Amino acid sequence: MVAAALADPLDPLGPDERTLLRLATAGSVDDGKSTLIGRLLFDSKQTFIDQMEAIERTSRTRGEDDVNLAYLTDGLRSERDQGITIDVAYRYFSTPRRKFILADTPGHVQYTRNMVTGASTADAALLLVDARRGVLEQTRRHAYLSNLLGIRHFVLCVNKMDLVGWDRSIFDSITEELTRFAGRMGVYDVRAIPISAKHGDWVVEASERMPWYPGPPLLELLETLEASEPPQHHASRLPVQYIIRPLRDEYHDYRGYAGTMASGVLRVGDRVKVMPAGAETTVVGIDAFDQPIVEATPPMAVTVRLADQLDVRRGSMIVSAEHPPIAATSIDAHICWMSERVPLRERDRLVVKHTTQSTRALVQEIGARLDVNTLDYDLTASQLSLNEIGRVRLRLMAPVAVDPYDESRETGAFILIDEATSATVGAGMITSGG
Amino acid sequence: MTTTATRPASLDTLSWLEAEGIHIIREVAAELERPCLLFSGGKDSIVMLRLAEKAFWPARIPFAVMHVDTGHNFPEAIDFRDRRAAELEVELLVASVQESIDRGRVVEEVGPRASRNRLQTVTLLDAITEHNFDALFGGARRDEEKARAKERIFSFRDAFGQWDPSNQRPELWNLYNGRLTRGEHIRAFPLSNWTELDVWQYIKRERLEIPSIYFAHQREMFRRDGMLFPVSNFVPRLPGEDPFDARVRFRTVGDMTCTAGVLSEADTLDSVVAEIAATRITERGETRADDRFSEAAMEDRKREGYF
Repeated sequence: MVAAALADPLDPLGPDERTLLRLATAGSVDDGKSTLIGRLLFDSKQTFIDQMEAIERTSRTRGEDDVNLAYLTDGLRSERDQGITIDVAYRYFSTPRRKFILADTPGHVQYTRNMVTGASTADAALLLVDARRGVLEQTRRHAYLSNLLGIRHFVLCVNKMDLVGWDRSIFDSITEELTRFAGRMGVYDVRAIPISAKHGDWVVEASERMPWYPGPPLLELLETLEASEPPQHHASRLPVQYIIRPLRDEYHDYRGYAGTMASGVLRVGDRVKVMPAGAETTVVGIDAFDQPIVEATPPMAVTVRLADQLDVRRGSMIVSAEHPPIAATSIDAHICWMSERVPLRERDRLVVKHTTQSTRALVQEIGARLDVNTLDYDLTASQLSLNEIGRVRLRLMAPVAVDPYDESRETGAFILIDEATSATVGAGMITSGG
Repeated sequence: MTTTATRPASLDTLSWLEAEGIHIIREVAAELERPCLLFSGGKDSIVMLRLAEKAFWPARIPFAVMHVDTGHNFPEAIDFRDRRAAELEVELLVASVQESIDRGRVVEEVGPRASRNRLQTVTLLDAITEHNFDALFGGARRDEEKARAKERIFSFRDAFGQWDPSNQRPELWNLYNGRLTRGEHIRAFPLSNWTELDVWQYIKRERLEIPSIYFAHQREMFRRDGMLFPVSNFVPRLPGEDPFDARVRFRTVGDMTCTAGVLSEADTLDSVVAEIAATRITERGETRADDRFSEAAMEDRKREGYF
């Protein structure tokens, strides 16, 4: 029986100012990813007694020596039956310093789309490497996709150090290889940690078996990772989601534009443009429920009032008049194709959903296809199959206000929808628009 | 302008979760024709309703709320439900499991362990058809249960109300695809990323009113399967299940037939939050008999069209 863990030392009654860090991790069945996550949940006291009892039972039934922490992250029955993870699972844990959402994704090449999905909302990537096997194709693929999806912070966990005799030189060479690979992509924040997820070394506690590593342990690193920057560095963007027009006497003339701040800071008095048409006006009020506020920053959900009666509708974007985005009818983008039914071909017609706007698009050109194993681009490609990534040029039926994905995830990303099936069939990251 | 794509961390977690929930609710209201919010008077749906109130203020919530009433609810929760709906001036629909039984749509289980939990699915699906809803907001959270850990925020149901976990649409960024094919509807979960503690902290921060059964009170209880159940007319007791008085509160609001209470002295919001923060047993493990049947109980019920 596992002893009941201690309660969170945080004072639950005080105001909770803990920030959130979103992580994405990918891996295959045998690199110890589930064990690591189980260890994080267990050692950070996020495991409940009844969950522990359930996995103790399962471990016993399956004739295993130890309690297998990997069962903590077990998912759907279909996955258990096949012994694999096929879908993104979201895990939640917190420490007295921070709250975490971890997107746990399968790492195999046939699940690239799940990896892309998990990475799309993450601030940092947790890369797991088996010390005995070193940096694999899958590690590079995960790192590459994380970078493509805009993640600029990598945490490299060199796992199973117990199986290589806690050998520092092995850790050093893996770290050097991955750091070099990341640097080639322009990712300079790589933190490497030697761990044993199974035994807990350097996961939450310091390890006496690897005194050559100065720390901090993984959890402490995650608690202190600075994965963001102030919104002042970006131009303001507010995609209009919904028009608020209360049909009640008290607010007879109220007309507000509701949306989620995508980037920058929007202040009362700011000169703004309404995209894509570009008409200029001034922000006269910002409401967040029953009290007006003076400025809005991402990802606040607000309602903005403007000085002039303009044509503003869902899909319009309220933006900084000084630094407006491009109203594009043609975009170049990296697209990850996700349809099992059909490949993406030139001259295909699809629906693009970008922020709150949907419009039709024509595939004008498939310029290159990435080989996710060698990470080379095949310039002769003319179609993308399931899980393939390529450089694609789309022509849009209506102009869309876009920024490069590198500058803004929110206004640089889109999804592709197949009109015949209504399915989401692609994820796009804009490189340029015109 | 620098080149980075990461999210500014200026907001605390609760504000972040609130903003995400509002975003989801507005997306559904904008992209679907006839949404409806499932409201039981339980803590999760109370928070969800608050987010809806905020999403459209100063306008009223532009859709109805619906309760699937098994007829076995705590009277305190029903009172609260009616009051809150009136306060917000939203239309409250009640879909009655009793009516489904009376019309022969479902057959009531019998015996001391009979529950109307499973029957709710039929009543719910009938109500969706009757009112022509194409989207239902539910208060489910991913931290509740392992089948839910993998469910999308926009989760699709086919014409039979079924969830197919192996065929979910990819969901990227905050770009939700609300397009339906014929006969489909969606279940939208604005609280997907909340934990139980987040919900309680938010209730506290927003000073939301909640039904009295969440606070410690004196009640007649009996012991079954290691859990404490409230004595009610809906549950015949087995030999040896003698009632006794205890000071309890409830962690969830479900049917009186399958919702267990916990011994507690926490009679204020502060003390309830403190107790939740210190607890070592999951909410469902401790108090929901309906999830205990099998390892995959929730997965199975969700496939059938359950909440």
